[in-house]
Amino acid sequence: MTLERVLILSAVVFSIGLYGFLTKRNAITMLMAIELMFNGVTIAAVAMARYITPSVLRVDPTATSDGLVQFVLSGQVLSMFVIAVAAAEVSLGIAIIITVYRARRTIDVTEVNLMRR
Amino acid sequence: MTINDLYLIAPEIALASTGLIVIVLDLVLNNKRFLPVFALLGVLVSVFFTLALCADISASSNGSMIGLFSTLVVDKFAIFFKLLILSIVALVVLGSVDFVNKFEDSQGEFYGLILLSAVGMMLMAATKELISIYISVELATLPIAALAALMKTNRSSEAGLKFLLLAAVSSAFLLYGMVLVYGFTGSTYLDVIAGAVTTGAVPFGSSVMLAGIALIVVGFGFKISMVPFQMWVPDVYEGSPTPVVAFLSVASKAAAFAVILRVFYVGFGGVNVDWASMFAVLAALSMTTGNLVAMMQTNIKRLLGYSTIAQAGYILVGVAAITATTPDGGIVGLGPSGVLFYLAGYAVTNLAAFFAIIVINNHINSELISDFSGIAKRAPLLSAVIAISMISLIGIPPTVGFMGKLYLFNAAVSSGLVWLAVVGVLNSVISAYYYLRVVKTMYLGAGEPENRITYSLPVLVAVVVVVIGILVIGIVPGPLFEFTEVAVRSLFIAS
Repeated sequence: MTLERVLILSAVVFSIGLYGFLTKRNAITMLMAIELMFNGVTIAAVAMARYITPSVLRVDPTATSDGLVQFVLSGQVLSMFVIAVAAAEVSLGIAIIITVYRARRTIDVTEVNLMRR
Repeated sequence: MTINDLYLIAPEIALASTGLIVIVLDLVLNNKRFLPVFALLGVLVSVFFTLALCADISASSNGSMIGLFSTLVVDKFAIFFKLLILSIVALVVLGSVDFVNKFEDSQGEFYGLILLSAVGMMLMAATKELISIYISVELATLPIAALAALMKTNRSSEAGLKFLLLAAVSSAFLLYGMVLVYGFTGSTYLDVIAGAVTTGAVPFGSSVMLAGIALIVVGFGFKISMVPFQMWVPDVYEGSPTPVVAFLSVASKAAAFAVILRVFYVGFGGVNVDWASMFAVLAALSMTTGNLVAMMQTNIKRLLGYSTIAQAGYILVGVAAITATTPDGGIVGLGPSGVLFYLAGYAVTNLAAFFAIIVINNHINSELISDFSGIAKRAPLLSAVIAISMISLIGIPPTVGFMGKLYLFNAAVSSGLVWLAVVGVLNSVISAYYYLRVVKTMYLGAGEPENRITYSLPVLVAVVVVVIGILVIGIVPGPLFEFTEVAVRSLFIAS
């Protein structure tokens, strides 16, 4: 598995998510599409970290643990944070969708257009 | 994490704990009138820590302190934005007391979420590492989505949904850009990124860097409501509770511009991509689109929404007016310091307009500009406030808006962007039409002078403070401008 292929995979996943966000009309499906975009990013982050690790070690075999954290693990740390923040985002999203549903009895975003004239 | 790290984020810790305390107090207190007092106390403690940090970095040798695995940097630049955001929070809390008192529940949530969002914004100005920037952006954004939907009415929940969905997509773009930059340079630290870019020690070709920068611009473009990523602005402005819009329009914009300046000037300063020209074009587009569409608006909040898009364009002029340092530490060009100055001026100006509109909306229950007809007879002081604020938004002396535009367009001319300055001036002329139309409706429309509009003392204090801010900074801009120059200089020293 080369880095290139993993990056293509991540771009494909990201694009599928973006396509879903732009075409779907159901707010929950749109949240799922956003989740897909975040997952595409996560794949890329981990792949980058995996690629950078050996190269940094090759350049500097005596790299200290601080240096390793700073350069090597950033991608993996990023992916952990993305997962956590995405969870927060979705929970807030669902909460807001529930208030929309209570007010409107629908979560179809084409019908949620009180203000667009 | 050491004690020193805790000291460096003491302003944020103070604000975050106040936010949580206010939410808990809301559950146990019967008299909700104490909630804003607690919120203001928290802001005061945070200001105290910020000033202590400011004194410490003035005494230190290199003018900045770094902590939390060197992700956090406290320099004059960060201090400027922290103080700006804290003042905005204090003013918004004061100015929305009447509005929030009408809530049957979730008063504590209102103040708590504003404070938590402000924590994210303060961190945005003070981080120099991409992951922390992302986390702070989310911390600043998510509470605002919740605040937008706080009223649980049809319009409010719609605004919250739209804001949340588009903010989430924009942060996905931002993240993708950050990951590409990380892959290109091997680090998420802005200073290391700058080093890798200048030495050319990079694993991929520069096209990946270009893609990364473009995606980061998309991500931040949403936050500063820049064309072509502005479509959420009018709906969210119209639907959200007005105090939330006031907070969103000034604080969120200031914090996002802080990140843009730090990321682009510190991290991407040496990149072989002409991002300054890109910002110049986007600035022209934002100004023109915002101003042209604003002319057709009938709702005052929508009008201010399009106005904020145009104002984002003016501020972007300062980002595009690229500034360089001379070897002896002097600064060529006024771009970034103009941005800082304009953001402070925009904060007082826009808050003045919104505070007056909050009170008037509360009484006439309408946001249509036509319903503001003759309101000057019912609320002479508030109408004068709106008039001063509109004059400042156009950029007519002796207001701060004039001084801000003067600095920004001056910076544009001195860095060779004469065409952009011309576009900016033309746009200011166009904008006079719709800003003055509001003033004309208020003063010349027919209206009955009886049943005066009343408001409480905190609101009066907030309104008076912002109006004094508009006029005093407009007449004596020197001290603030010196502060912004010191702040921007610390940005360059850090790089």
